[in-house]
Amino acid sequence: MTPSRAVEAFARRHHYRPYEALPWVAAVASYFVFPDYLALGAQILATILFALSADLVLGYAGIVTLGHAAFFGTGAYVAGILAAHGWGEPITGLLAGAVAAAVLGFLSGLVVLRTTGLALLMQTLVVATMVAEAANKASFITGGDDGLQGMEVWPIFGRFRFDLFGHTSYLYCLSALFLCWLAVRRMVHSPFGRSLTGIRENVRRMHAIGAPVARRRLIIYIISAALAGISGGLIAQTTQFVSLSFLSLERSGTVLIMLIIGGVGRLYGAFIGVPLYMVAQNRFSEIDPVYWYFWIGLLMVFIVVFARGGVLGLFDQFQR
Amino acid sequence: MNAPALETRGLHKSFGALTVANAVDFRLESGARQALIGPNGAGKTTFVELVTGALRPSAGQINLDGADVTDLPQAARVKRGLVRTFQITALFRGLSILENVTLAICERQGIGGGLFWPAGRYRAAIEEAHALLEQVGLEDEALSPVTTLAYGRQRLVEIAISLALSPKVMLLDEPAAGVPSAESGTIIEVIERLPTDIAMLIIEHDMDLVFRLAQRITVLVQGSILVEGTPEEIAADPEVRRVYLGERPRR
Repeated sequence: MTPSRAVEAFARRHHYRPYEALPWVAAVASYFVFPDYLALGAQILATILFALSADLVLGYAGIVTLGHAAFFGTGAYVAGILAAHGWGEPITGLLAGAVAAAVLGFLSGLVVLRTTGLALLMQTLVVATMVAEAANKASFITGGDDGLQGMEVWPIFGRFRFDLFGHTSYLYCLSALFLCWLAVRRMVHSPFGRSLTGIRENVRRMHAIGAPVARRRLIIYIISAALAGISGGLIAQTTQFVSLSFLSLERSGTVLIMLIIGGVGRLYGAFIGVPLYMVAQNRFSEIDPVYWYFWIGLLMVFIVVFARGGVLGLFDQFQR
Repeated sequence: MNAPALETRGLHKSFGALTVANAVDFRLESGARQALIGPNGAGKTTFVELVTGALRPSAGQINLDGADVTDLPQAARVKRGLVRTFQITALFRGLSILENVTLAICERQGIGGGLFWPAGRYRAAIEEAHALLEQVGLEDEALSPVTTLAYGRQRLVEIAISLALSPKVMLLDEPAAGVPSAESGTIIEVIERLPTDIAMLIIEHDMDLVFRLAQRITVLVQGSILVEGTPEEIAADPEVRRVYLGERPRR
């Protein structure tokens, strides 16, 4: 291979590929094909953003967390509380949720990221539990066990009212997801994003080439927290409800399951795993309201046994 | 004043009752080709970890080009040209060979934290990485995943990554460890061809390699420097023969 060809191929790697349009074509098509399911669709889109944020820490930086719901829930409560107390403007509400989640990510990251592996996992769990308990105790503002009630979300740009059928919700979530995806995609292809992969692949080597590993890990933790906060804010605003389950361990675990189904560390795992899981959940719970969790479990077993890299991992196997 | 490229004074490290570095006074002149040898468990790799900053010494001082770096973190020492390779290959396994080296160049140039422009925009860095691959003879496989290389050739990637950091002092921790003898020749040739202004310390078991590459040899035993001298002096030293060469016969 001539020098220029290898360099050329490297230099072109961040260019857009045709297949990257697929999720967006599918999302726009779904809007027209499934008009009765737009509310579910909006939830799926917002949850994709949550899984995408988890992919940044887990898949790219190799930070295994069981507490990502802390950021999701913080974003949801901040957007929700603003809307319940007279500030229903959705976009600033989302941004406020993102900032609050980012601050929490910064403060908890300072402590949590000093460790790795199992200790780190436990500490993320502890942070999420503490935030959930704080929300429970602060029932005068969060509504505690009853959930946050009385949110009033204003029309987007003062024009597009949130309707009962979810048209606005769907397009709102789709736009937010698209913008965040653009930013995330740009970031994972940047030297910073590549250095995260370096940290995941070999942290000792990363130290040895003089990279400020701790700072990089903290920065991605903050960015990921902010995105999780936006995701929580989207769901709060579109469902007009926030409950303690937004902060629960189950929420943290489920997003990992969805991500693993799709494929970790690939940017598009979230776009496959989340719709698959949530549509399956929706279908199974209709067909078999009692045992639907069993079928989800069975699906997970199949993924773990036959598709270790998730659905996207299967494509890799076929390419070989 | 011509300060040594690397110097330790009274370097000491103990884990509880176990002393792994005992008052080590060590000098590596700029441009030197020196070897650090010693029996298993002598503390050679610990010495590397102390010097690079992966471990903190219990006492003592580390100078790099005359400046005290004892309290500097590892990354800051790398920026000052102190670079190591690993005894057991430590590469970015999922990435291509070219990207393994490019990551190091990005860190050296201080663009490794850039969030906005894609990595592919930094052409100069990629081209420099490619030139280094040519230097160690890996340019044909630039885009292959590093794991597809034979182990001996992965060792060459180790060296290329170190070179990417513009080292002034290079610590080669057993550069030919685990490599079949048929391939170790290539590694020795690459090391011999390295720029002579780099001060090089080779930590090695393989005596053939040591006698071929080193102009001076330091013998470390139980965390202390036993003796230091030219290869001839070391080979003739009765004490060295007893504690080291005698225990592990020359292959």
